[in-house]
Amino acid sequence: MITAIPSSTAFAAQMEESFRHLSATLIDGLRPGEHLMITLVGEQSQFIRFNQAKVRQGGMVTDGTLDLTLMAQERTHSYAIPLTGQEQADIALASQAIATLRQELPTLPLDPYQVIPQGDATSHDVHHGQLLEPEQAATAILSSTGDIDFTGLYAGGTAVRGYADSVGQHHWFATESYTLDYSLFTPEGRAVKGIVAGDAWDEADYRDKLQRSAQQLARLQRPLRTIARGDYRTYFAPAAVADLLSMLSWGGVSEAALQQGRSALAALQRGDKGLSDRITLTENFTHGLVPRFNDIGAVAPMALPLIDRGHLVNTLISARTAKEYGQQANGAASHEGLRSPDLAAGTLPQQSVLQTLDTGLYLSNIHYLNWSDRPSGRVTGMTRYACFWVENGELVDPIENLRFDESLYRFWGDKLLALTDTQEFIPEIGSYGNRELGGSWVPGMLVEDFTYTL
Amino acid sequence: MTSTLPPNLTLSPDQDLGQCLAQALSSIDLPVDWVGLRGVRKRDSHYAVRDGKPQHNGRSLDQGVMVEVMVKGHIGYGATNSFEPSRILAAAAIAHQQAQAAQAWAICPSTPVIRPKVTGRYASPVRTALSALSPGDINDLLVDLCEHMAVSDRIVQTVATAVATDHETWFISSNGSDVYQRLVLIQTHFGATAQDGPVVQPRSHNGFRAHCYQGGWEYLPQTLQPEARRIGEQAVELLTAEDCPDTTTTLMLAPDQMMLQIHESIGHPLELDRILGDERNYAGGSFVKPSDFGTLQYGSPLMNITFDPTVDHEFASYAFDDTGAPASRQHLIKDGTLLRGLGSLESQTRLGVPGVACARATSWNRPPIDRMANINLEPGHESFDAMISGIEHGVYMEANRSWSIDDQRHKFQFGCEYAKLIENGKLTRTLRNPNYRATTPQFWHSLSHVGDRATWEIYGTPFCGKGEPNQVIRVGHASPVCVFDAIEVFGGAS
Repeated sequence: MITAIPSSTAFAAQMEESFRHLSATLIDGLRPGEHLMITLVGEQSQFIRFNQAKVRQGGMVTDGTLDLTLMAQERTHSYAIPLTGQEQADIALASQAIATLRQELPTLPLDPYQVIPQGDATSHDVHHGQLLEPEQAATAILSSTGDIDFTGLYAGGTAVRGYADSVGQHHWFATESYTLDYSLFTPEGRAVKGIVAGDAWDEADYRDKLQRSAQQLARLQRPLRTIARGDYRTYFAPAAVADLLSMLSWGGVSEAALQQGRSALAALQRGDKGLSDRITLTENFTHGLVPRFNDIGAVAPMALPLIDRGHLVNTLISARTAKEYGQQANGAASHEGLRSPDLAAGTLPQQSVLQTLDTGLYLSNIHYLNWSDRPSGRVTGMTRYACFWVENGELVDPIENLRFDESLYRFWGDKLLALTDTQEFIPEIGSYGNRELGGSWVPGMLVEDFTYTL
Repeated sequence: MTSTLPPNLTLSPDQDLGQCLAQALSSIDLPVDWVGLRGVRKRDSHYAVRDGKPQHNGRSLDQGVMVEVMVKGHIGYGATNSFEPSRILAAAAIAHQQAQAAQAWAICPSTPVIRPKVTGRYASPVRTALSALSPGDINDLLVDLCEHMAVSDRIVQTVATAVATDHETWFISSNGSDVYQRLVLIQTHFGATAQDGPVVQPRSHNGFRAHCYQGGWEYLPQTLQPEARRIGEQAVELLTAEDCPDTTTTLMLAPDQMMLQIHESIGHPLELDRILGDERNYAGGSFVKPSDFGTLQYGSPLMNITFDPTVDHEFASYAFDDTGAPASRQHLIKDGTLLRGLGSLESQTRLGVPGVACARATSWNRPPIDRMANINLEPGHESFDAMISGIEHGVYMEANRSWSIDDQRHKFQFGCEYAKLIENGKLTRTLRNPNYRATTPQFWHSLSHVGDRATWEIYGTPFCGKGEPNQVIRVGHASPVCVFDAIEVFGGAS
């Protein structure tokens, strides 16, 4: 007998029921002195990959992974297993995993920074959407592309996150959402990037966005200008700013990274270097696109200022880091990365960007960032997609891609001229393992003397 | 004590899961050109210690089935994390629906020739079974490594990690394919961070997670303490070393940096899906054109690059790719000339250039795409000492620390953990923050010396990312020490 693939709503409901029942069963079976934390990441997602305005690959993935963390005798051990929604099989597998954890736990060393779950937090957050029907998605997307060389990925469906523990905390988050991350190419290989995303497919909005991208593409028809290495006044569009901001999740705002010599913001914390008073960064959950609960069930504050007018006022502190370094946890997840970053807007009117830039570089996107010298905050990366040489406030020529290598203490420090007066939402489009949720809220920024090296 | 889920290191497939797939395949009754089932069961054990304290101990079981269905030449897929036949049939129905819905938009309709009939078995060579060490044993080893790296109070962090994987795949299809492969994989890493005020220097065992091999716990021997002590001592040494000079000079790279160099500036640009444009929206394209195969002088005549899935214990060895194509050793570049790309049967058909068996998927929940596997630089004939003695001025760099390259795989900048100045044919002062930058053709044409087999070392990484939806996969890279002329090197920020 074929089991029908459930609708998005039915999938979320089935996973919630399975998660609730399984977690209750496992917690009921705990022995005295044992603690258990259970997290779930699941999805039913459709993926369609496009190239040359055709379908390269398409399909649907139904997945769910439970992470069971057993704590006893001051030791910690975990086991990740599938959650399929098939009750008997799931319980059998989970019980076997718990038995393995119990057997191996005594052989492990004592865990001095073990965090036993505590609290009584519960939450239930379900967002319904109106997505493309799976069998109509390819046609809906490609019928508007005309003869443009359109490439990209549509990823849509239901994503669920769950948490339960042995002290009674329980959280559930489910959302129906999609992203269409695309690029339009000229025959010469120059491109414009675009993203449409949300919880409801809007045909008119998509067509409008596509049309605007196509208009941008027309600007790329001029010959490429080669820019000599050197320092240039540069405008970063919001998508590029979001990429720079993402570096702070990798050895930036993490308290553990600061404590262990792995953070680029250590110089800021020590007071050796400073940032512009235009920089205000907040971990802001008011947008509601990602769950506030973390991987130990703690709920983050609705808004946590991290950098306030250039000053590092908070770091992301997980419960484990807090225990190790005698600090107060603030709802950060174990990885202590940004989950809902919000870089405050400035005062530069969006319509004045080119005029204020005057002469320099306009970067729509950047690519492949990495720390080149983390203690000094130096980041290297490449320009990508629609990037232009600007003269007298006019887009003149598209440029050959440039490598940059520059310190955040310059581009967010004394070289930061302005931030735009509006923010854009840049959706998270990653799908390693599972579809990521949320995104960042960022303005554009204007920088003096940004350093290009190749 | 041994673990409770010891991998049974025999060549026999698990009959239950294989039978589930066979039963499901025989029950699929859809009007299709072809149907294939790829089942994956991956068991990981992960151990991480920081400063001698447990950071993470965990196991994972990831399993599921991808059903591919071809309708009028176009493949759709459905994937489920269950081996239960009814779920597999449901995934097949979804795959059929996806193929049907998109076949009118198919980029290159094909035939089942891209999924040929193949049967066979493969198993990793293992000397010390994964069941030979308990989690407690492994933690003891990692704690010991941390203690040996802590050579000074200026060591502010030590880390040691081990990951063991038992990875099984089954591939069966409507045209008679039947493949079972069982990979046993080990990853180890240890490193130390030294700090003196604002100066922070990391040093590790050949770069982050570079020790990746097929095999068992023989790759976490109990004899690593001297290496751990050296790592700690070199981290401290770097605190007072001078910065790498900003100059253009002779660059000598150790195999643990050559790994990254080969990966980024040879492996990725030769992927046929990048050349076909499939990756343009994410990882990027390539400066290599279809007409370059067979004609392009990619680099110096000393350059011999192989796709070699046959190297014992190298991380990405296998007998069949994830579409069933039989894998064999092939020269990608011979005497500096580009011969073939990294592309599946499907990509080879689309582009009309030769490729290799490299259609690989991260797991059951992602479709196969063009991938590197083991991409190696074949050894030359010069000893390490002979190469050094011929360099009047240069820099010798070890172990990758930073990497970035453009979307056409042309302009790159890489940084290393540790370097030595080369003066008048000798290694002299230690240098910190060594970096270099170049363009790919310029760099490989500047290859002037290739070390002999005594300098040839095998590494790998589990972190090669590309694809939409995103996939991360393991690759292996082996290389001798190499010398490049007139390369721009530079140090850290002031």
